[in-house]
Amino acid sequence: MSTSTQSSADPSSQSEITTHPLPCGMTVLVQPMPWLRTAAFTLSLRSGIQTEPENRAGLASMVCEMVQRGAGSFSSRDLVAMQDNLGMDRNSGVSTATSSFGAAMPAESFGEALNLYADIVRRPHLPADQIEDARMMMIQELRAIEDEPTQRVMKRVRELHYGSRLGRGNQGTMESLAAINSDDIRQFYQATYHAGGAILTVAGRVEADTVVQLAQEAFGDWRTEDVDDAPLPSGAPVYEHIQAASSQTHIAFAFPSIPYGHPDYFAMRAGIGILSDGMSSRLFDRVREKRGLCYTVSASCHSLINAGGVFGYAGTTPARAQETLDVTLGEIRNLPSDLEQSELDRWKVRIESGLIMEQESSASRASSLASDFYQIGRAMPTAELSEIIEALTLDDVKGYWEKHPPSDYRIVTLGPEKLNV
Amino acid sequence: MPKFQQATLANGLRIVAETDPRNYSMSLGYFVQAGSRNELDPQSGLSHFLEHMMFKGTQRRSAEDVNRELDELGGQSNAYTSEEQTVYYATVLPKFQDRIVDLLTDMMSPILDGDEFETERNVILEEIAKYEDQPPFGGFERAMEIYFSPRGLGRRVLGTSESIEAMTAERMRDYFKQRYRPENIVLAASGNVDFDALVGEIDKRTASWADRVAAETLPADDADSIPEGIELSHRVVTPDAVQAYCIQIGNGPSSGSSQRHAARLLATILGDEGGSRFFWDLIDTGRAEVATCWPQEFSDCGAWFNYLVCVPDDLESNQRFMREIIHSVVEKGVTKEELEQAVNKTAAGYIMQSERPSNRLFSIGSRWLIHNEYVDLDQSLTNIRSVDQAAIAEVAKTYLSEEPTEILAL
Repeated sequence: MSTSTQSSADPSSQSEITTHPLPCGMTVLVQPMPWLRTAAFTLSLRSGIQTEPENRAGLASMVCEMVQRGAGSFSSRDLVAMQDNLGMDRNSGVSTATSSFGAAMPAESFGEALNLYADIVRRPHLPADQIEDARMMMIQELRAIEDEPTQRVMKRVRELHYGSRLGRGNQGTMESLAAINSDDIRQFYQATYHAGGAILTVAGRVEADTVVQLAQEAFGDWRTEDVDDAPLPSGAPVYEHIQAASSQTHIAFAFPSIPYGHPDYFAMRAGIGILSDGMSSRLFDRVREKRGLCYTVSASCHSLINAGGVFGYAGTTPARAQETLDVTLGEIRNLPSDLEQSELDRWKVRIESGLIMEQESSASRASSLASDFYQIGRAMPTAELSEIIEALTLDDVKGYWEKHPPSDYRIVTLGPEKLNV
Repeated sequence: MPKFQQATLANGLRIVAETDPRNYSMSLGYFVQAGSRNELDPQSGLSHFLEHMMFKGTQRRSAEDVNRELDELGGQSNAYTSEEQTVYYATVLPKFQDRIVDLLTDMMSPILDGDEFETERNVILEEIAKYEDQPPFGGFERAMEIYFSPRGLGRRVLGTSESIEAMTAERMRDYFKQRYRPENIVLAASGNVDFDALVGEIDKRTASWADRVAAETLPADDADSIPEGIELSHRVVTPDAVQAYCIQIGNGPSSGSSQRHAARLLATILGDEGGSRFFWDLIDTGRAEVATCWPQEFSDCGAWFNYLVCVPDDLESNQRFMREIIHSVVEKGVTKEELEQAVNKTAAGYIMQSERPSNRLFSIGSRWLIHNEYVDLDQSLTNIRSVDQAAIAEVAKTYLSEEPTEILAL
């Protein structure tokens, strides 16, 4: 285990990230964290929602589900039994650009776990007799969202923000799910599950050489193909109201912003942090604590490779909904007018603390590495990020938000009454 | 290896810590025996409302100061209230130990200002409204109310809109003095903590806590009446829901019972979200959105929940599937392979969780508050690994033989 508190508190000294492009097209990133007992990986493939045919929404998720229903010499039940016995805490999911498979586990399980996932993504059975079950599973998910007003408005505002192609959810629609057949599944699998653009990140109690060798054995002879550039966003400003007899009015909003990797990203991000990170943030303090308008109010940044957005939510009883919306958007508009150094300082401590505490979690590092590499094409070492944050001045933040005032809002409300927007 | 340390102060306040100088962070939490089961009818929702008010200022700090300073320390801090306890916690870098100890400890002597109370009342009412819109639309609360009666363990943690509307700041101040006495409180710490410094500081700062004495004596509740705002129908009406929500509640082991480990493993085998019997029959086939179960442990008793969410038309057939699966485990127990798989999965989960001091804090603090007992990681692993098929069969027979109480929201 690690030597002393002094040296282990300096993350960069023990956990150098290395990047290893494999000849097959996959890139492997490794961050050894020898003080941990665990290892974690994220395997990210260019098989996201944006690669689905227009009329087959939900196909990427359906394939992500189907590849896990038996692979290699294992049935679906064998796979789960092996994963459980290896102690894997696993997840899989589909985003706009990628399908990802990941797990954290006791470090000694890592080699076997990686081979299992090579089977899943490279040698799935895609059993035709289970397509109906997978389809029903997805329909259940769609129905679940209908009963969750917060998810419903956030899902809708995302569609309106990025447009139907980049903004649509991963669940599809009742119609599109009904249309998906076994040919669609096979074709989508063939077209998008390959080493081209694939990223494998591994963090935890591992050694880089061993990981690269294991990855080469498991994926070295995987076929590869070119991957398309991301489509452009196509959203537009709009207000949409969904009528419902709910206890609260649920308000979702979004406006265009810059993606991760943009030179001004952290100046923008700091502004949103000052608005919404922590209990002294402006939205929490001024909308909830001072006025008692709601229990939940928040704003956050979201990033695709070529577009970004700020998304927000507030939930409040109908009588206070108009005031909540007005005060919330007012705070966002007025952000640059009275910024204080102490607000930026608090945000910096929060980010710095988060970066240091990330050293306690292999899963968190593996997933950050994967998203950094996809977004900016390289790993972002903690020390570098730390320097960028440290160097940020109040003028940077103020300057960004003065030059880029929020506009072109997309707003969705759900509740008994429409609001004035 | 992590090291366990504990101390009891002259005023009765208990301090426990699992320290490990190798950690990057430290967590600190006040665990207070103040939960909805400690409330009487006129106090319904008070433990939770008070939890919010603890962030609203002290003699030395305004409400703004409290929130600002918590953020200045950069970590994660929050609070929660349950049936049996209220917990205030923070995870910060070790260099901030003195400041977080000062701040959290100061927060434990709130001024409970009248104006702040009025503003926060609205936030609580919003929180109640928020949960009314979320599946299963108050179904779990209803199950607890029916199973335990709407008082004691069955009392709603948030209270009702009626009880919150009627609450007074004076009553809250009195409740505070009654519950936040040092003998009801444990301060727990985990991670990279200087324990001796911690004990020294707390001893100085909490001496006066023994002076807290409640003035008001409320009459006992009339057990024959139903508290205002409470309904006891087994049917929760949800005009807009597209799914059907079925909650079943029955008996389960307490947090002091030696059967609790077997019960947790049984729940994994029956209802875990990937790879359990419910999963293969109901989720993997797309018959249901949710089909799961879990034991809920309280200090002196327990409950067992089954939870099913599906299309209303499929409710009856899915209920039958669940009943048959449960019946079969009561009759035949579980296989060796199932048990092994559940043990491996659970043990790995414990090991992974233990890497973060913030995860360890809650089990250390709660356990000491209720049972004056410390269970380290190795002991937890031994407890899980020593469960055999017979122990699981015994638990299934004891707790799952009887028909549970059922609540439907649709």
